[in-house]
Amino acid sequence: MSEETTEKETFERALRSLEEAVELLEEGELPLEEALACFERGVRSAGRCRKVLQAVDTRVEVLLKDRDGALNVSEFKEE
Amino acid sequence: MHQPLPHLTVSRLCALMREVLEDNFAQVVVDGEISNFTAASSGHCYFCLKDENAQVRAVLFRAQARALRFRPENGMRVTAFGRLSLYTQRGEVQLIADDLQPLGVGELQFAFEQLKARLAAEGFFDPSRKRPLPPYPGTVGVVTSASGAAIHDILTVLKRRQTGIRVLLRPVRVQGEGAAAEISAAIADLNRHGEADVLIVGRGGGSLEDLWAFNEESTARAIFASAIPVISAVGHEVDVTIADLVADLRAATPSAAAEIVAKGRLELESHLDHLILRLCGRMNDRLTLLRERVAGLERRLRSPRQMVSQWRERQSELERRLVRAMAHAHREKEGRLRALAGRLDALSPLNTLSRGYSIAFAQKSGKAVTDASALSPGDRLCIRFSSGSARATVEEIEP
Repeated sequence: MSEETTEKETFERALRSLEEAVELLEEGELPLEEALACFERGVRSAGRCRKVLQAVDTRVEVLLKDRDGALNVSEFKEE
Repeated sequence: MHQPLPHLTVSRLCALMREVLEDNFAQVVVDGEISNFTAASSGHCYFCLKDENAQVRAVLFRAQARALRFRPENGMRVTAFGRLSLYTQRGEVQLIADDLQPLGVGELQFAFEQLKARLAAEGFFDPSRKRPLPPYPGTVGVVTSASGAAIHDILTVLKRRQTGIRVLLRPVRVQGEGAAAEISAAIADLNRHGEADVLIVGRGGGSLEDLWAFNEESTARAIFASAIPVISAVGHEVDVTIADLVADLRAATPSAAAEIVAKGRLELESHLDHLILRLCGRMNDRLTLLRERVAGLERRLRSPRQMVSQWRERQSELERRLVRAMAHAHREKEGRLRALAGRLDALSPLNTLSRGYSIAFAQKSGKAVTDASALSPGDRLCIRFSSGSARATVEEIEP
């Protein structure tokens, strides 16, 4: 669970960081060294986003509730 | 004449009346308008059925009231199915209703319109509360039957689109008694679980009766309360369901809902591609510009020593050009002189004289004589030969 959340958060944070980097660069007012640092940040964020989006297979799981109301995830087999 | 009547207690009278009523009106079907409707905290409903000229008291007990899909209201015209009895404590005739049906419209249609109006008043369908789908649809929670067409269609689309989206199915019954409660609980469960970025709530097509769970208040409230954006996907063509109206987005079918989610993911990929292109493009542009500017400045940047040596070079070049130009001019003049001298030589009469010709000049005018008639006897001539000259006097003229 925590892994999923982390992946999602990582992605959203990385995407935001990438968008910010692009906007900053496009404003064109950064001094060169800051612009280069910003560019590098953008490239790193883009790499993180790419990594998350690489998966293409559809994973199918089923969320079941046990008697105590606890939720458990297991693999789903289509009937 | 007068046979004395037996005295009855009130209770006895009422018991008799009740017996008569219950025996003779064990089943009645009455059309009328509801008035004085009261839903008691016990769950029983009390009201009057009336027309222009008369009215009768009626009761709908808890179990039957709960089974109704619409809510009875004052002024509503209904058909009541039930029996007559006597409310003995007050000695009043009472219609005990087993079921009510709205007059004129189907019960389901009526219940639908009623719930729709009520939820609309509560702001459930307010466009301003429709949320956008999440930017990163990594996990999609699905509330539907594990064995129905809906989950099959959703998985088919997502697998074909190769989006890498994770599907988290919360299986429920989608029709029949209790379906709405299961659907509502499932939406709440997925919210509690917290991994889904978007929910698809739906089922394949069916009759209005089959789709009813999606027109129930509990389903509507669960969708409204969901912190995760909800796509409704009830496969039907004619009408919308209440679930469709409350959901953040309505898809016509489960497949369409899956397409929407997949599209979000593909758009995200394209957005990312675009951002990367913009990032690199902007940096490249900037570096190219800078490189050009630096090169330009470099060209313009010179030390004084360089400038002296450049002047020196320029000076010696000019010198070389000057010398070259002078030499050229000299050679040219020399050539012209030689050419002119040659032509002068060719034109000189001295050459002709050397072949034995001579020129006579009139002494008076000093001009060469070309016509004898211009002379007179006695004129003095100077005759020029190739070498030397002689003076002579004209004796006779032969024209």
